[in-house]
Amino acid sequence: MMLITDTTSRNLWIAMCVFLLMTFIIPNWLGFLTTVALAKGLVVLGLAMLMRTGLVSFGQGLYYCLGGYVVGIAGTQLGITDVIILLAITIISAIMISLLLGLLLCRYREIFFAMLTMAFSMILYGILVKSEVLGSTDGFNIEPASLMGWHPAIESLGTWVYMFTVVLTFLILQCIHRYFKSPLGFTGKAIRENEIRVEYLGISPKKVILLKYVIAAVLASVGGALTAMVAGHVDPEMAFWTTSGEFVFIALLGGITHVAAPIVGAIIFEIIRTFAFDLAPYSWQMILGAALLLIIFFLPNGLWSLLPAQRNGGQL
Amino acid sequence: MDTALVILIDGLIYSSWLFIVAVGLTLIYGVMKILNLAHGSLYAIGAYTSASLVGWYFSTGYFPWAGFALFIGAAILAGMLTGFIIERGLLRFMYGRDEVVMILVTYGILLILEDVIKLLWGVDAYFAYQPYSMLGRIRLSGISFAGYDLSLILVAGLVGFALWYALNQTRQGKLLRAVIHDSEVSQAMGINVSRVFVVTFVIGSALGALAGGLTAPALSVAPGIGIEVIILAFAVVVIGGLGSVGGAAIGSLLVGICRALAVHTYPQLELFVIYGVMAMVLSIRPQGLFVTATARKI
Repeated sequence: MMLITDTTSRNLWIAMCVFLLMTFIIPNWLGFLTTVALAKGLVVLGLAMLMRTGLVSFGQGLYYCLGGYVVGIAGTQLGITDVIILLAITIISAIMISLLLGLLLCRYREIFFAMLTMAFSMILYGILVKSEVLGSTDGFNIEPASLMGWHPAIESLGTWVYMFTVVLTFLILQCIHRYFKSPLGFTGKAIRENEIRVEYLGISPKKVILLKYVIAAVLASVGGALTAMVAGHVDPEMAFWTTSGEFVFIALLGGITHVAAPIVGAIIFEIIRTFAFDLAPYSWQMILGAALLLIIFFLPNGLWSLLPAQRNGGQL
Repeated sequence: MDTALVILIDGLIYSSWLFIVAVGLTLIYGVMKILNLAHGSLYAIGAYTSASLVGWYFSTGYFPWAGFALFIGAAILAGMLTGFIIERGLLRFMYGRDEVVMILVTYGILLILEDVIKLLWGVDAYFAYQPYSMLGRIRLSGISFAGYDLSLILVAGLVGFALWYALNQTRQGKLLRAVIHDSEVSQAMGINVSRVFVVTFVIGSALGALAGGLTAPALSVAPGIGIEVIILAFAVVVIGGLGSVGGAAIGSLLVGICRALAVHTYPQLELFVIYGVMAMVLSIRPQGLFVTATARKI
């Protein structure tokens, strides 16, 4: 038997098994909710990577939307429905676009980084809203996904997408966890603390930031692709700045100190939103806003900082 | 030739509107270093206040011209009140935090205000067309423009002049510029910085609400108008340079004319143009066109 000494890694494997076992217990609506939460969690994980470097992107919606639309266009126009191929196309397009924009963005910090990322995502929104081929503001429906030539029945599609999302999410979490513990992962924190000193140490902050931006973009596009597959629909709202704002909200809610915190944040967010929307359709945003202010005031490191492990030194 | 004139006048009208919307945002940023995402909500509050007042006043059948003073004044008052509550109730506990954190704080305020508006005014659209039709239509070289739209140019000019005068020609303006330059030293020199902050935020909020109030007669006031507007105001303010009133004027002119060009030649590009200009300016001059770069600190 393989012995895993890293507790976080071990816990992630356990959590993955629990989520997979839950497939058989939870009702469909909860499975849907969890899938969306995990997909959004991936986007937020990328955002958290940037935030650990001190950069807040108000434009992750760009890649979230890109992922969704790539899946949609490949399905309806090219007839590709295989999950693996779809994800590959999504990732490649996200890498290409983020490399291009990242070369520009890695020169910007703080509020300018936030504004420029927001501008880019609004450009995509502006294009999509006006393109009638892609359904303008209404968006369009997505072809049901398949896996290696196997087309699951429509009724059970949600379950399969759920299982696929769980496995993929936790594999990504393992990778990002390794990344966070690597020297490169620690460089992010150093850049946030003092960029010029990092330069003096012989590391190029721009390269580090570019890499982080690309990884964050890939994660966001995968999240968008998964959301599109489970929801069966995409619309330009995915690139609107409020969507990106939501991701920032989730990152603050969950915290950015631990690799699993964004996922936990996303699940809590989806649950709060679903119930708040149900109970008080006209005041759920108010509840979210108040929660955001309370977190900024009292829990600047997110809900994760409430866990006892954090108090005695904490573990990355 | 006619198309060029239409583009120019349409562009000017849109620029004037943009300027009124954005100038409060840039003023608040310049003084307080807060990029106020809730500015759009103040715009919405102004729009709702004046739309509901116009509906009520014009149904009573009193002297119609007094309605103008009423709905514009009420929008400004509503903005001032909301701004005062936000600044005293929340923001003053947050000073000294990161600019990015302040964006998130105002994002929280925006979420709250959006629902407060829904609770106060419901989710149905309001129409306040009377003032719009009262000013009639004016023909310029064969093309007819709404008088109300043209009067926006005048209002924008007035607002711009008033701000320029207040900032550059009065004692209070001088104090304000001192605070913009260095708030800590100003405080040490005896300027009541926290009062300057309150006054600035209230004025900025009032300008946002004024923009909403002025826009209400020209469109239907429905939930979500603030969310759409804030991002436009952002684009304008960022292009001109955050915190620069003159920059906001140039930014709104640039965006307004470019948009009018797009609308009249290739309408699919309408939204793209606005953010395209913003991204382009940011990539060439990240501080905006009118702000000088500051040195990095170790």
